[in-house]
Amino acid sequence: MANHPPQRPNRSAGPHGGSEGSLEGVSPLPKSPAPTPLVSQVVLDTVSIGRALMRIAHEIVERNDDLESLYLVGVPNGGVPLARRLAENLDQVADLEPLVGILDTTLYRDDLISSGKRPKLRDTEMPSAVDDRVVILVDDVCSTGRTIRAAMDALMDFGRPRAVQVVALVDRGHRELPIKIDYVGKNIPTQRADLVKMRTEDGVQGEPLDVVLLHPETAAGGASR
Amino acid sequence: MMENGLLGIQELAREDIETILETAIHMKEVAERDVKKVPTLRGRTIINLFFEPSTRTRTSFEIAGKRLSADVVNFTPSHSSLSKSESILDTAKTLDAMDPDAVVVRHGVAGVPKRIADELDAPVINAGDGAHEHPTQALLDMLTVLEEKDRLDGLTVTIIGDIAHSRVARSNIHGFLKMGAEVRVAAPPTMIPAAVETLGVKPFSSLREALDGADVVMALRIQRERLAGAYFPSVREYAATFGLDRAKLRFAKDDAIVMHPGPVNRGVELAHDLADHRPSVILDQVRNGVALRMAVLYLLAGRRHRRPADEGGNS
Repeated sequence: MANHPPQRPNRSAGPHGGSEGSLEGVSPLPKSPAPTPLVSQVVLDTVSIGRALMRIAHEIVERNDDLESLYLVGVPNGGVPLARRLAENLDQVADLEPLVGILDTTLYRDDLISSGKRPKLRDTEMPSAVDDRVVILVDDVCSTGRTIRAAMDALMDFGRPRAVQVVALVDRGHRELPIKIDYVGKNIPTQRADLVKMRTEDGVQGEPLDVVLLHPETAAGGASR
Repeated sequence: MMENGLLGIQELAREDIETILETAIHMKEVAERDVKKVPTLRGRTIINLFFEPSTRTRTSFEIAGKRLSADVVNFTPSHSSLSKSESILDTAKTLDAMDPDAVVVRHGVAGVPKRIADELDAPVINAGDGAHEHPTQALLDMLTVLEEKDRLDGLTVTIIGDIAHSRVARSNIHGFLKMGAEVRVAAPPTMIPAAVETLGVKPFSSLREALDGADVVMALRIQRERLAGAYFPSVREYAATFGLDRAKLRFAKDDAIVMHPGPVNRGVELAHDLADHRPSVILDQVRNGVALRMAVLYLLAGRRHRRPADEGGNS
């Protein structure tokens, strides 16, 4: 995968701005799956990501009694650097050293065979079983809830966690399954056809750079919401 | 890539081999879990169609399919149904009507898996056809070497034994050459096919020269019943000249590994002590076989291809 250029577009409107707020053609993603031209907009920059992760670390400490049993599990690719960062924050906030694992959900997806696509498998590295642990699944963008469903199934093959909680840096809605996100970095209203991507320094599992919203360009030149 | 299945290494591109090996490495992680099963192929059916007996390969495919949650059915045409002159194509059509998601075929005659693939909508995986190819064996061998040496490119691989009649040798020759290794073959001249150099390998009639500087030494099984007397004077003489033992292995590199597709004729291709211990990696080959076949099934099972004859309409 190619590196993302580190520069970010100048925004003329706030992150929730309407059609005027979108800027065209900046920092295109290396592989945009949509056939139409995309308009991209940064919805979360590096600083905001840092703040959100620090707040979430505080919330995790506040909501859990047995902090020693925490086990952060990142869903590749985006969830992995976020889980690492959360672990650092938990160390800073409450002097904790939670276990950090990586759990690929590809083999648990519900659309694999029917779609005919066979995505590349990614690493799974679970340093220990999850029995009696409070597992916090970490993902970058949550939408339909299907990835989290797959991650929960995968998790159960590594033991019987005492509880499972979910962190998503961005919740963009359009849930198709009854999945609740316990800790949300930011809620971002989107259209179904939109794409929301977290970009990282190396394009894979490196340090998070920003989150962009890409929507298909309409004939009028802007995207309606 | 692999349009209607995995029929041979010869038609694969280097990138295809890399994709399969990379996927297999991830599948090994599944095998290390407490629960060695993932739901990927739930509700899918894999048929093992073995016209030739083979407990090892069939079991390996069966375990691989089951670890991916597929239903694996062993379809072993009995002598009676074959003697009722049911043709291979009849069998293929019967299978197609059962709507499998992948069919694994072994047959004593080269080209049969291809012929069956032409009749089926489901992908066909060749599990060995005559003296033609045995692609999953070569892929698991490459996976084993990759794990040991961290690369395939630039290695020297020496294959010893009946090159002329070995599908394992043929698939490995294609595979290792595509991945950038140097391949040498060593055997009595009767067991080296004519014009083998045109494949890009170097033939040797001296084991010592063939082993000089080798990173990987692969011994093939000698079909003693079939070959002794016809291709070499006696099993004992073959063992003395081309059988691998620790003394002969000294001509290879210090860190050379020894491989064998199994089952080993102890004391013939491999000395007793060499078959069981390092530098032999024979059991790693078996272990990798399951992960490799999981990878192939993951990449192929459930993919439909239109039969050439059906081009027009599909009901």
